[in-house]
Amino acid sequence: MTLLSVRGISKRFGGLQAVNDLSFDIATGSIKALIGPNGAGKTTIFNLISGFLPPDSGEIVFGGAEIQALSSCEVAVRGMVRTFQHIRLFPKMTVLENIMVGRHVHSRAGFLAGMLNLPFTWKEERRIREKSFEIMELLGIVDHAGTEAISLAYGQQRVVEIGRALACEPKLLLLDEPAAGLNMRETNGMGALISRIRDMGVTVLLVEHDMSLVMKISDEVVVVSYGEKIAEDRPLAIQKNREVIRVYLGDDE
Amino acid sequence: MARRYFTVAAFAGLIVAIQLATLATGTAYYLTQLTMTAYYSLVIVGLCMLIGYAGQISLGHAGFFAIGGYVAAFLTTWDLKSHQGAIVSLLSKSGALVSRHDVYGGSLLTVHPWLACAAAVLLTVAVAYLVGGPILKLKGHYLAMATLGIGIIVYRIVLGTEFLGAADGISEVPGFPLPGGLLITGDSSSRVSNYYLAWGVVILGMILLLNLIHSRIGRALGAVHGAEDAAEAMGIPTARYKLHTFVLSAVFAALAGVLLTHYNGGIGPSEAGVMKSVRYVAIVAIGGMANLWGALSMSLVLNYLSLRGYFGTYDDAVFGVILILIMLFAPDGLLRRHLLSDLKRIVSRDPEGEEAP
Repeated sequence: MTLLSVRGISKRFGGLQAVNDLSFDIATGSIKALIGPNGAGKTTIFNLISGFLPPDSGEIVFGGAEIQALSSCEVAVRGMVRTFQHIRLFPKMTVLENIMVGRHVHSRAGFLAGMLNLPFTWKEERRIREKSFEIMELLGIVDHAGTEAISLAYGQQRVVEIGRALACEPKLLLLDEPAAGLNMRETNGMGALISRIRDMGVTVLLVEHDMSLVMKISDEVVVVSYGEKIAEDRPLAIQKNREVIRVYLGDDE
Repeated sequence: MARRYFTVAAFAGLIVAIQLATLATGTAYYLTQLTMTAYYSLVIVGLCMLIGYAGQISLGHAGFFAIGGYVAAFLTTWDLKSHQGAIVSLLSKSGALVSRHDVYGGSLLTVHPWLACAAAVLLTVAVAYLVGGPILKLKGHYLAMATLGIGIIVYRIVLGTEFLGAADGISEVPGFPLPGGLLITGDSSSRVSNYYLAWGVVILGMILLLNLIHSRIGRALGAVHGAEDAAEAMGIPTARYKLHTFVLSAVFAALAGVLLTHYNGGIGPSEAGVMKSVRYVAIVAIGGMANLWGALSMSLVLNYLSLRGYFGTYDDAVFGVILILIMLFAPDGLLRRHLLSDLKRIVSRDPEGEEAP
């Protein structure tokens, strides 16, 4: 079954055709990787899918509905949550609070209920807290619950950011370079974590430069160059694909 | 949660202690300025919510204060006797109008203060939604400029409108009746009850805002303030929440305007002035931006000193200087944990130095 279907999307910035008639599908419960040389348009594709940028043309179908006209907030409400290449945690908030923000779409207390401290909000807050602790247990960061999130080590900040996204209980998780800036041990841990997330039933799309990580965990890989798809296949086949090798390593001549 | 309300109780204790102190020292006349301080504090805490927690500046809150005050003043002093007609008699029969006597003994038919208050709040909500929608898309300096513009527009309108009293403003505004025979009025015989009423309103406002800060919405606002794009990616409708907070703080300002106008028995165009807005922002800044208690305590001290005339003719200048000094040397406000180490740092002329861990 297809969870996300990207159909012929294009995006132009002035004279630069950043994404050109790109199409691919993601099957429910799989890990798909989006790779390509620097400047290939990977982050733009991410921004288009997650509603941060509107595509010039083409459709994006998520869970059976077209979403290309929706804002990033509306896309998140429908169950697609992203992380950022440059970690975007909320400063002045603890790890627990950061993750609690992730429960936003699954709770409903509004301005009036909050101001009046209505009894139904107490129960809701308790559930938000419990669920957040569950996620911190799962990720092994429960010891840092009360620490200001941005004071943690870089690798742990990445884990918190993923935890915050998981708190939304997404159907599709978009990870923008989850291993960037991590050492080898942390990268291995990240790979194991992403596989575990997939096993929990969350479909994953990731942009990543670390090829060994991509080849190890992905079910399928899409390769883009200059905004166009040049290959889409299983990791082993991608490694042997002549066009992919040419794009990455250059021509023989 | 317990700690939140403990602080509220402690503050209520302080309010009682101040009243008892004026009683013991025979200085009950201070209560007049302290009551006015309370209403200004209502503007301050509402603005603190907007600036400190939602991260949006407003240099136009004196405008919302004036909208509240002027609507209340106009409706409760506008004699409808000469406007007899179907609508007026219908309003009169439904109890929306009150007959009363003016200071010269002539009889008046005016809008009931509660209805006028409702109209003031509704107009403020409408204006805040209409202007807030487009201008909250702006950030930083641009938002400050746009809100400053709104403040100036309101000021010029009340100054230039004949039926709002132009430069004289509106006077002879009646008291605001409350259940239990209480009346919000500047009459010296009800000085003590009005002092407690005013601070009661502030404490109620504080409880509402403290609850909000510690709710799901408060967390979401913190997220919007900290990293707007990430908040958006978590499904938080950032634009809508900023707008709601803007309207909420405008309503706090308008209510303060309504009540202070009834207390003072009138309102003048200076209440809508830009320097009033600057003063409100300065007090929020010196209180520490995201610190409701800091803003409230600074408001209590500075508004009181200002209203007692301690700053003399330099009143507005004092608040301008405070704003500059705070921005330069203590952008996190005066009241905070690292105050001492920061002072040492400033004294040792090492503004780049790190705080001791």
